[in-house]
Amino acid sequence: MLTILFDGIAYGMLLFVLACGLSVTLGLMNFINLAHGAFAMAGGYCTVILVNRLGVPFALGLPIAFLATAALGGLLERTLYVHVYARNHLDQVLFTIGLVFMSVAAVDYVMGSSQQFVIIPEALQGQFNVFGVGMSKYRLLIILICGLLTIALQLLIAKTRFGSRLRAAVDDRRVARGLGINVGAVFGITFAFGSGLAGLGGALGAEILGLDPTFPLKYLIYFLIVVTVGGTTSITGPFLASILLGIADVAGKYYMPKLGAFVIYTIMIVVLIWRPQGLFARSAAR
Amino acid sequence: MAAAANEVSSYLARRARWSPLEIAFWVFAFATIWLFPGKYLIMKDAAILALFALSLDLILGYAGIISLGQAAFFGLAGYFSGIVAQHGLINEPVVSLICAALVAAALGFVTSFLVLRGSDLTRLMVTMGVALMLGELANRFSNITGGADGLQGIDIGPVLGLFRFDMYGHNGYIYCLIVLFLCFLVARRIVYSPFGLSLRSLKGNPLRASAIGIPVNRRLIAIYTVSAGFAGMAGALLTQTTSFCSLDVFSFERSADLLLVLIIGGTGYLYGGLIGAVIYKFLQDWIASLTPQYWQFWIGFVLVVIVLIGRERIEQWTAALRATIYRFGKQLLTRPAAVGDAARKGN
Amino acid sequence: MPILQTLGLEKRFGGIVAVHDVSLSIEQGARHALIGPNGAGKTTVINLLTGVLRPTAGSILLAGQDITALRPHQRVRLGMARTFQINQLFLDLTPLETVGLAVSERLGLGSDWWRLVGSKSAVTDEIVEILERFRLADVMQERTAILPYGKQRLLEIALAFACRPKLLLLDEPAAGVPDAERQELLATIDELPADVTVLLIEHDMDLVFSFADRISVLVNGGLLLDGAPEDVARDPRVKAVYLGEELDA
Repeated sequence: MLTILFDGIAYGMLLFVLACGLSVTLGLMNFINLAHGAFAMAGGYCTVILVNRLGVPFALGLPIAFLATAALGGLLERTLYVHVYARNHLDQVLFTIGLVFMSVAAVDYVMGSSQQFVIIPEALQGQFNVFGVGMSKYRLLIILICGLLTIALQLLIAKTRFGSRLRAAVDDRRVARGLGINVGAVFGITFAFGSGLAGLGGALGAEILGLDPTFPLKYLIYFLIVVTVGGTTSITGPFLASILLGIADVAGKYYMPKLGAFVIYTIMIVVLIWRPQGLFARSAAR
Repeated sequence: MAAAANEVSSYLARRARWSPLEIAFWVFAFATIWLFPGKYLIMKDAAILALFALSLDLILGYAGIISLGQAAFFGLAGYFSGIVAQHGLINEPVVSLICAALVAAALGFVTSFLVLRGSDLTRLMVTMGVALMLGELANRFSNITGGADGLQGIDIGPVLGLFRFDMYGHNGYIYCLIVLFLCFLVARRIVYSPFGLSLRSLKGNPLRASAIGIPVNRRLIAIYTVSAGFAGMAGALLTQTTSFCSLDVFSFERSADLLLVLIIGGTGYLYGGLIGAVIYKFLQDWIASLTPQYWQFWIGFVLVVIVLIGRERIEQWTAALRATIYRFGKQLLTRPAAVGDAARKGN
Repeated sequence: MPILQTLGLEKRFGGIVAVHDVSLSIEQGARHALIGPNGAGKTTVINLLTGVLRPTAGSILLAGQDITALRPHQRVRLGMARTFQINQLFLDLTPLETVGLAVSERLGLGSDWWRLVGSKSAVTDEIVEILERFRLADVMQERTAILPYGKQRLLEIALAFACRPKLLLLDEPAAGVPDAERQELLATIDELPADVTVLLIEHDMDLVFSFADRISVLVNGGLLLDGAPEDVARDPRVKAVYLGEELDA
């Protein structure tokens, strides 16, 4: 059972790294980016190409995936997304769905539709056996990396100047502008960073979640559930939500193979009925 | 005062009257039965899609509810129709259609409370989630639904015991077109009724709507239920005319493509879904013939371009187009001599 | 029996007390004004009366019936309607459709999905009567969004009036109305039927003193004074609160 807890935590942390960019984007610019999963997919495939085809070591492949996806995110933000910020939610949804369709088809064309696996270094294969609890080495790495990232994010947001600008802009965009904060730049950087994180998550998660061109659509609902349950006003909200959902999903699928997948949906519906603004949101949402 | 009251009632009557353009539309629609005998299958698909789009227009264009989950009702009714036919319970299409619509409407009613509260994002999520959940359910209970292989061995009887579905889709198309027309008539009544007016008001300003005594939630639940019923009918039609039903009826792509259809055609005037469906179907057919595997890329591209251009601008163009056609059409139908005159004056 | 009574009405937002111990009593047919400096809580009182906000303490009685727990649309059904300080209109509908909507709802036709709007002559007659009373007959087929502000303000009141309320709450009806259109507005408010009780919130003292037969003064969420216009005008506390504003007796 502890193995399940362990796996659930790993899964949850992975979800968090994947979804936190979406949460910040939504909270910051009130922008629904359904194409967020496409960046995760990009990171995954980037790593596949680097590690499998070009022989780049895994440890290097991950940060490169992050940077490449962040760059892609920043580029798309400046060229495309920026035109859609002021639009209503329906337009944003349509726009980002269009991007997802395009990215899914493009990846299918370039890489083929079969599932891809990242070649994991020998050192990370297999399990540790700690007090009878089987812990996959790879999942341990995920917990480590994602945990460090979460702490770093929290410090970034709470302790740095950029972090306080970000928090101000999330709280009230107009007032932040009035204080001289360049909200556009804050958003550009945040969007790029969030996309990079998604890319890193996609690279890390290829082994666990399965990487194929339908990834952005398959996992879209999971990201949205994390954001809905966790709220968009903090980092800890989505973090706790991801852990909760990760454990619930893994446990559900193990103990109730037939109905396990519905645990996540049930949680989503229950939360939305009880607290429409999210379980962990601080105040009334937009 | 009496004169003014007459003016008011005649204005209200006039705006609900069938315009010549509308009549021409439906005359042409039914004429296609004889005009394009080789194209029954794609026209039938367009008719089903049109009904599906009409269902979304009712909640999106008139009540302002964004939904990415109409496929839930489409698929539920589709499977219902298929399963009852497979087990020999209901083989006659019309009875099956009505039952399937009621089942879908029931699901709509039950899930409607989820879309009452919360923001646009919540509604997106919830509707998407319900559709995905049903898809997952259908996948799990593959002993009933046939799973990824789909429902096999569906035996659909003749419509009303008389008109059997044939290989060329002739009877199937007529059946779908008639159902579409009847549903359209109902939707048209709704839209011009006090109920429909209240929907438009609560889309525009829900605060004020409740401040003048409109029970906003009850109205939303009502239209959401009706819309689910229509979407369900579309799904049942698909199963009945193809004798097949598989998991893709619940897919996200289906709900997303529906939004594209409405965007192409425009929302809020009932014909948007119909026109958009026709354009979409032929667009899809054309693109698929060019790049069979990657047509989704171009659909996505069209979506992105449409949004970047701006829906308002597109609506302005289509409204201007409609106005010119209407003006020209009115001349043709009410004052034939005037057209001749205009031609002689070298207009 | 007074048409409206509030007993010890209180509203807290977290630690902030917006309204405390407000007890009003308004007789049927009265022309009652609620005045007070900005931020005194006047709109909060209106929101409490109409059910947009729930009070943290106190109760509200409409014609003797306790409505404290009722939702806004239920209170409208019982005879209370309001206008908004900033126009809350249906911008895509025409005045005709807007008034028609309110009348249909009131006559219980709101859930009718089969008949046409205005198919009943009772509805059309009433639409015409209201449009003419509020001087909107000449613009009745224009989209609300393009109407001049004065006409929109008249529609704002017409819409509330179409609910045939026993009690009509007007929240700063003259606010922002250009001089050229004020006369029409003021005349219309003056001509409201005598059986409709009116509670008016206003800053415009000319309007208040020419219209009201009783004035309540709200300061910092509490009722300072409640009395006849002459008494309120003379009261030194009121003058002090408005800090040098001229109040014509």
